Amino acid sequence: MSDPLLKVRDLKIGATVYPPGEKPHDIEIVHGVSFDLAPGKVLGLIGESGAGKSTIGLASMAYGRGGVKITGGEVWVNGRDILKTSHRDIRKLRGGEVTYVSQSAAASFNPAKKIMDQVVEAAVEQKKFSRKEAESRARELFAKLGLPDPDNIGDRYPHQVSGGQLQRCMTALALCPEPDLVVFDEPTTALDVTTQIDVLMAIKEAIADTGVAALYITHDLAVVAQVSDDIMVLKMGNTVEYGNTDQIINNPQEEYTQALVSVRSIEHEEKQPTADPVLSVDGITARYKGLNFDVLHNVNVELHPGQTLAVVGESGSGKSTLARVITGLLPPREGEITFAGRKLSSDLKGRTREDLRELQMIYQMADVAMNPRQTVGTIIGRPLEFYFNMRGAEKRKRIIELLDEIELGEKFIDRYPAELSGGQKQRVCIARSLAAKPKMIICDEVTSALDPLVADGILKLLLDLQKIENVAYLFITHDLATVRAISDSIAVMYQGRVVRYGPKSQVLSPPFDDYTDLLLSSVPEMHLGWLEEVVAHRKMESAGN
Amino acid sequence: MHPIIILVAQRLALSTLLLIAASALIFAGTMILPGDVAQSILGQSATPESLANLREELGLNDPPLTRYFDWLFGALQGDLGTALTNGRDIAESIGQRMSNTLFLAFWAAIISVPLAIMLGLIAVRYKDRWPDKLISAVTLASISIPEFLIGYLLMYFIAVKLGWFPSVAMIGDHMSLLQKLQAIALPVMVLTLVVLAHMMRMTRAAILNVMQSAYIETAELKGLTGFQVIARHAFPNAIAPIVNVVMLNLAYLVVGVVVIEVVFVYPGMGQYLVDHVAKRDVPVVQACGLIFAAVYIGLNMVADIVSILANPRLRHPK
Repeated sequence: MSDPLLKVRDLKIGATVYPPGEKPHDIEIVHGVSFDLAPGKVLGLIGESGAGKSTIGLASMAYGRGGVKITGGEVWVNGRDILKTSHRDIRKLRGGEVTYVSQSAAASFNPAKKIMDQVVEAAVEQKKFSRKEAESRARELFAKLGLPDPDNIGDRYPHQVSGGQLQRCMTALALCPEPDLVVFDEPTTALDVTTQIDVLMAIKEAIADTGVAALYITHDLAVVAQVSDDIMVLKMGNTVEYGNTDQIINNPQEEYTQALVSVRSIEHEEKQPTADPVLSVDGITARYKGLNFDVLHNVNVELHPGQTLAVVGESGSGKSTLARVITGLLPPREGEITFAGRKLSSDLKGRTREDLRELQMIYQMADVAMNPRQTVGTIIGRPLEFYFNMRGAEKRKRIIELLDEIELGEKFIDRYPAELSGGQKQRVCIARSLAAKPKMIICDEVTSALDPLVADGILKLLLDLQKIENVAYLFITHDLATVRAISDSIAVMYQGRVVRYGPKSQVLSPPFDDYTDLLLSSVPEMHLGWLEEVVAHRKMESAGN
Repeated sequence: MHPIIILVAQRLALSTLLLIAASALIFAGTMILPGDVAQSILGQSATPESLANLREELGLNDPPLTRYFDWLFGALQGDLGTALTNGRDIAESIGQRMSNTLFLAFWAAIISVPLAIMLGLIAVRYKDRWPDKLISAVTLASISIPEFLIGYLLMYFIAVKLGWFPSVAMIGDHMSLLQKLQAIALPVMVLTLVVLAHMMRMTRAAILNVMQSAYIETAELKGLTGFQVIARHAFPNAIAPIVNVVMLNLAYLVVGVVVIEVVFVYPGMGQYLVDHVAKRDVPVVQACGLIFAAVYIGLNMVADIVSILANPRLRHPK
């Protein structure tokens, strides 16, 4: 076996933290991680947020983000320990031997410069190629990565191409200087599933064609299973399990890995419509002020008491706009909304306090949906005061009841949002909406910002609460696994229209319309070779047509 | 039509409106000041008949609106009226003064703007290290000391003790460019010190703000040096705020240098204005006010337009 290209030994990484009300101090966030990466191989680093996977990835470029410092261990790249080498040598390493693809290409491209200037910059600066050679190489890479008009796309500015295209440009940027190693840091996480599959395939083929080695960092085990040779599972800065991809996916040894592999296996029996619908949306057409086109076209859906309607679609499909119309934030141009047997005013101002109470909302970003200067008790107590005029001991008793329902308990009553984890914050938001005793809650991407295991916990909680409180959910999401786990009926949205609507069993069973088929087949599955199967299947279909 | 043309046209139209509003304010302001122009020309001993005659002659009996439009249209055609105190054409006297002021402002700007931006870049590169702290301390000190004091200090050490430059900045048509530059060296130095801090600190703050962006990390991970990252990737995205503060300071160099002109006996606009305010020469005050307003509004308009042009999303729409 050839010498490893990247050899990491007992890597320890620290950071300075500034907790509120305490003195800043140093903590260790990666506690002695070791691994090898041979030339041309792909190692997947997987874990939840805070596992230290990005930090380890950047350490292979001797880089620490913000106050992050490498405190111990060795990182060998091409036969030298880069933690002990000179500044000049590190500059040669970065952008020359090791390059980086970040999660958000949109933020990682300089908005003031043309794409081509940024793609060739490292190659030219490192004197690997002349500007002319680098440009022709970039154009080859653009073509290889399946970008449209590869000869001219480099003349555009970053804002002039789509998110998926920019992510491919970022991959071209990383491959242009012919590096030995590319660090891919969640390169497809910010993309829609149907875009993710194309970018993933482009990255995989580019890795195979150029023979470059890669560190592939992600929180999505199903994705990493498609591209990597080996996988390292990380948790809180420690290695949980390290082995080849087949073993990790099909025969995980550690409990934590098993939990990751079996995530999203919530079984939820579909409920039949019982009584009259609690919400019916009839012929809603809406547009935003200042736009000259509709973002919703004749949307009709119904939701029954105690059930869940999942509204699923990609970014720009109009699913969040539908929520704005239902809550009264955006009065529709046409159509009406019936809620609990009464017609709702299209405008928020025309709604009664009872309307507001019975229709609650939970948001994607729990931390910006709470006042950071209020305690959990104050946050949950506010709707109790506002809707039920509760005060003192009665209010406190009810707050504690709610905290017990969301499985946090009384000890959280005096905490501030900053002291809570992401999942705990979302639980507090759920308690706040439940405090109003609503008939229906709109959940707008409530699990999208959470780690898979935490998201699972939130979904389970929502299902349990539904049984107890008989509350209906309008569940907006782009994630089909979530839809399977929680819904009774599904509306698939595409470009402002509902393209498929019905009970879950019916929507998720063939025959499919084209868009739903595309959407369903794009969800990464936890088995090896899935990516190739899907791509081959699509090629065959398009050849057949 | 390209959206940028529309945006720039909007800026131009707005600036014109603003200038007209400013002219109305200047006119109204001088109108409500106590005192009668005819009285001040003829003095206390004037007879009522001669006062009435002069009022008629100066058009002071016309309604204010008529007088305002007469004045405005005259000004648009370059006729700023005649000075009450010496009866000379204001446009002519101001022309010479204005070119002196612009000459001084130009050389102060040529030195101070690049210097401020350079120092700002250096401060960012060595953030929280001694070059940054030294630059901050020196520029803060220079902005905190009153400008006349700096003026006299420089005059004492450089002109009197060392004898490098003259202490009085008199310039005239007979002088060559080199002689003129020598004459204004001290006031240029003082002005540079006065405007440096503001521009340098804004440059530093604007670039530091950009340095938080993800694309700066991308640039660092390309193996670029600290200065390459700042100059190539951070600076182009910080142009808008920097240009805004540069233009504010350029405007100050034109309209706010009265004290320096007095200290160095420089024949510029500021001194001219102060002289005539003291003599209650209303037409001159109005003319100076209008010109200063035009300079201010014009430079800020330039700043706005540069900010628009610096935005690639506006320059290259989808």
